[in-house]
Amino acid sequence: MADTKQAAAAVSGEELPKAQSPVKQFVKKFLRRKTAVIGLLFIIFILIIAVIGPHITPYDPNEYDYGAILAGPSAKHIWGTDEFGRDVFSRIVAGTQLSLGTALTASVLGTAVGVVLGLIAGFFGGLVDSFIMRVCDVMFAFPGILLAIAIVAIIGPGITNIMIGVAVFTVPSFARIIRGAVLEVRGELYVEVAQSIGCKPMRTMFVHIFPGTMQALIVNFTMNVGGAILSASSLSFLGFGASVTQAEWGAILSQGRNYLAIAPHLVLFPGLVIFLTVLAFNLFGDGLRDTLDPKLN
Amino acid sequence: MGKYVVKRILSMIPLLFVISVVIFMFIHLIPGDPARQIAGADATIGEVQAIREELGLTKPLVTQYVEWVGGFLTGDMGVSYTNNTTVIELLTPRLPITIYLTICSITWSALLGIIIGVVAAINRGKALDLIGMVIAIAGISLPNFWLGLQLMQIFSVNMGIFPTGGVETWQGYILPSLAMGAGIMSILARVTRSSMIENLGKDYIRTSRAKGLPESKVIMRHAFKNSSIDVITVTALQIGALIAGSVVVETVFSIPGMGRLLVDSIGYRDYEVVQALILFFSLEYMVINLLADVLYGVINPRVRYE
Repeated sequence: MADTKQAAAAVSGEELPKAQSPVKQFVKKFLRRKTAVIGLLFIIFILIIAVIGPHITPYDPNEYDYGAILAGPSAKHIWGTDEFGRDVFSRIVAGTQLSLGTALTASVLGTAVGVVLGLIAGFFGGLVDSFIMRVCDVMFAFPGILLAIAIVAIIGPGITNIMIGVAVFTVPSFARIIRGAVLEVRGELYVEVAQSIGCKPMRTMFVHIFPGTMQALIVNFTMNVGGAILSASSLSFLGFGASVTQAEWGAILSQGRNYLAIAPHLVLFPGLVIFLTVLAFNLFGDGLRDTLDPKLN
Repeated sequence: MGKYVVKRILSMIPLLFVISVVIFMFIHLIPGDPARQIAGADATIGEVQAIREELGLTKPLVTQYVEWVGGFLTGDMGVSYTNNTTVIELLTPRLPITIYLTICSITWSALLGIIIGVVAAINRGKALDLIGMVIAIAGISLPNFWLGLQLMQIFSVNMGIFPTGGVETWQGYILPSLAMGAGIMSILARVTRSSMIENLGKDYIRTSRAKGLPESKVIMRHAFKNSSIDVITVTALQIGALIAGSVVVETVFSIPGMGRLLVDSIGYRDYEVVQALILFFSLEYMVINLLADVLYGVINPRVRYE
C-alpha cells in the first residue's frame, strides 16, 4: 500500500511526513533509471516546444519561398523545405502544439471517461458492471485503431474528429484496467471502515477507492500517450486529419510522401520527431512502472 | 476439449449480434442523409430518392437489418457505388493479398520476437539483454508508416532491390511485412522476456537443473513451454493491431488489399463497402481470438475445466 500512497503523493505533489518521505524514495529510485530520466527530460523539452514553438520558429511556417522548393537540408533551412518552399523545421516546431495537443487531449478525455466507467463497474458490480464490461467487449472487437477509423468515417475527417476517435478508442482499456484495480482495493479494510462510518457511495468511490488505483492509472496513462501519438499520426497520415495547410506532424509526413524519391527529408524529419516523442513517453512509462511496481524490485 | 470449444463458440454469438447491429447502425449515424452524400450535391431529388430506395433506407430499420445480415451471410454484401461492382467482387481478389501479408508479418515477427525475448531473459542484465530491449522499445515507438517509407527509401529508391509498391512479385511483400511486423516483434520480445524471467525463477527450474538436465532442455522444455501461454495470448491480441496495421501499410506501399480498400472507400464515401469491410475485419479478429483460446486450452489443460 505504501507504493500506492507514494504514487498518489507523487501526483498531487503532497509532502508526506519527513521520516519516511515516500516521495523522496520514489524520486531516488526513479533517478536510478537513466533511460527513464532521459525520456522525462525529452518530454519536458517537447512540452516547452509545444507551448512556445509558434513564437520561436526561424521562419514563418506558412511562408512560401518559391526560390527554394523541395530544397534539401542546408545551413539556411536545416531540415529543408517542402513543395511550397516552406521551412520544414519551422513547420515541425510550430506543429508540435497541434500534434502533441491532439494526442494529449485524446488521452486525457479517453482516460477520464474510462476511469469513471471502471470505478462505477468495479465499485457497484452486478448488472452495472456486466453492462459496462459488455460495452467494452464490443469496443474491443474492433481490431486496433479500426474503431478510431470507423468513428472518423462516420463523423468525417478533421483534427478534432481524430481526437474524438482516439479518445473513444482509449476508453475501454482504461475501464478494464481501473475496474481491475478497484476490485483489488475494494476489499481493503479502510474501504470497509469508510463505508461503515457512513460514507456515501460517491465519496467512498472517489475519496477512498480512486487514490488506490492511481498507480495503475499513472503508468498506463504515460504509456497511452505514446500510443495516442502513433494512432493520431497514423490517422493523419491516412488523410483523415489536418488539412494540407495545417502544420501537423502526421500531415507534413503525409504530404511529403508524394516526393519521397526527390525530397526524402520531407518524410525523414517529421517521422523522426514522432518516433523520438513516442520513444520518450515509452521510456518514461517503463521507468515509472518499474519504480512503482514493488514486484519487480 | 470438444465441449470447451463449443462453449467458447456459443459465447461469441451475443457479441457477434451486438457488433453487427453497431456496424449496421453506422450508415444511420452519418450526419445528414447518406443517400444525398452518395449522390452528390448536384443530384436531383429524384436521383437521391432512387439511391435511398436502392439502399433500402425507406424500409423499417428491423427489416433493413435482417436483409443486411442475411445478405452478408449469403455473400451479397451490397454494392460499391464508386466501382460499380458488388462488394463481394471487390473483396475476392483483395482478401488473399491481405491474408498473405498478415501471415508473412506475424511469422517473422513472432519468431524473431520470441528469440530476442528468450536470449534477453537468459542473459538478463548483460549486453545481449540490453541490445534486445533497446531494439524492442524502439520497435514499439516506431510509426509503421514511417518505417515503411524509410525502408522504401533505402531499399527501393536508393538501392533498387525491392519494388516501391504493389505485390506483383513475392519481393513486393518483404518490405510491407517488415513494416507491419516490427511493432509486434517488439511487444513479443518484451512479453517473452518478462515471462521467461518469471518462470526461470520458479522452483521446478531449480529441480530440473538439480537433476542434471542440460540447460537447453531446462530452458526450452520447462521454462519456455510455460511462457508460451503468455506469448500466445499476447500474439492473439496483437493480431488486432496487425489488421489495423495492414490499413496503414497497404496505403504506404500501394498494395491492392482490404486495408487500402477501406481507406479509399471512406474517402469516396462508399458506405456499403466501408460497412462490409469493418464487419469483416471484426469477424476476422474474433475468429483469431477464438483460435487462440482453443490453442490455449490445448496447452494449458486447466483452462478447459473452468
